Amino acid sequence: MDKKEMIRINHLNKSFGDLHVLKNIDLTVYESDVVCLIGSSGSGKSTLLRCLNFLEKKDNGNIIIEGIEVNPRTDNLNKIREKVGMVFQNFNLFPHKTVLENIIEAPMMVKGVDKEKAIFKAKQLLQKVDLEDKADVYPSKLSGGQKQRVAIARALAMEPDIMLFDEPTSALDPELVGEVLTTMKDLAEEGMTMVVVTHEMGFAKEVADRIAYMHDGKIIEHATSEQFFNHPKEERTREFLKATMLK
Amino acid sequence: MPSFSHFFNILTETKGVFLKAMLLTLELTAVSIILGIVIGLIFALLKNSKIKVLELISDAYVYLVRGTPLIVQIFILYFGISGIFLLPDFWAASIALALHNGAYISEILRGAIQAVDKGQLEAGRSLGMTKALTLRRIILPQAFRRALPPLGNQFIISLKDSSLAAFISMNELFNVATTLGSNNFDEMTYLLIVAVYYLLLVALLTFIVNRIELKLAVSDR
Repeated sequence: MDKKEMIRINHLNKSFGDLHVLKNIDLTVYESDVVCLIGSSGSGKSTLLRCLNFLEKKDNGNIIIEGIEVNPRTDNLNKIREKVGMVFQNFNLFPHKTVLENIIEAPMMVKGVDKEKAIFKAKQLLQKVDLEDKADVYPSKLSGGQKQRVAIARALAMEPDIMLFDEPTSALDPELVGEVLTTMKDLAEEGMTMVVVTHEMGFAKEVADRIAYMHDGKIIEHATSEQFFNHPKEERTREFLKATMLK
Repeated sequence: MPSFSHFFNILTETKGVFLKAMLLTLELTAVSIILGIVIGLIFALLKNSKIKVLELISDAYVYLVRGTPLIVQIFILYFGISGIFLLPDFWAASIALALHNGAYISEILRGAIQAVDKGQLEAGRSLGMTKALTLRRIILPQAFRRALPPLGNQFIISLKDSSLAAFISMNELFNVATTLGSNNFDEMTYLLIVAVYYLLLVALLTFIVNRIELKLAVSDR
């Protein structure tokens, strides 16, 4: 493949105490790819995602971001995190700041962007997530779907090369899931490299280029979306698909 | 009991003396609150540092201060420290009050910092913010807001605790009241007068804290 490697993981292991949550994970994500990590709760998919921006520390293995192997002890993780945006299940907006302030905080404080430029960019992003009228509102006034779209805009304000989504729609009321998925789909169509932990099979099927199915700390099957949903190789994958959607 | 007219006569006559004493009480309180917040914040951060030695230092400080009466602490600073180097009375009292306050404030802030959702730190870090920056811009403002009601309580306590500076002959409200009271063989009148001054000051302090609370609550509206 000619595409640039954005993320490469080799033999990644991670334990919480006695619990071995990631077992020898290998995964490569190419530029502009959308990779969905799916699997049941406790399969390790969120932990894997969190390892990618070093919110969790790996035990061993290599994490290579845009061709550079990251050593969490010696490298400046903040620099790496600037390139890797993250969207959380619980939004984690800053409640004491308005929507606009949420978005301009990191560009101004971390990158030193001046205020006018940061605001200009933030307003563009708000337009993109269809919330330009909410700039001066505090997060407590937003619906879950709106909060998550602000969180996406906040992450995009740092102009990341890669976006990580940790179950971005799991905390939402069912009728609000669509608006967030639409925003994510738009982002995918613009060519953003995305790794998405999700239970939304419809989204995975429609938007993802590749699917990695995790079970018990291992990637059981890693295939293109088409292959994964239509011709799953592993018995366990078939069971999982049968249980989740194709009843 | 003194009659009302007598009480009001004395209240008016002594206005000047008491206002001057009130100023000193306010100065003692202000210094002890401001220094106390600085000290409290430092020890709250030490306690939350996850570095064993620093946590122990913070624990020891809180234990020593909470474990001894304020008057003993004031006397130690006044007699003990001023024996080693010269500490003006005002600063002996202020520093003792601030050290005392700091221990309680550190406990208030420690709890408030720990109560901020862990996701806030992760969100800050995921945006490339350093730990210190996230603490300053994201965690502490939220913690401070949460801490404000108990802090207000502590501020009122420190206002009233400043009366103990009377025992190292600071001419603050309580000292003036007891001195004038015994000179005029009219303790009760002067004690009632000083109670009125304290009530006024507490009302003022409560008003200020409530205003700050309202201002910070804007993000809930």
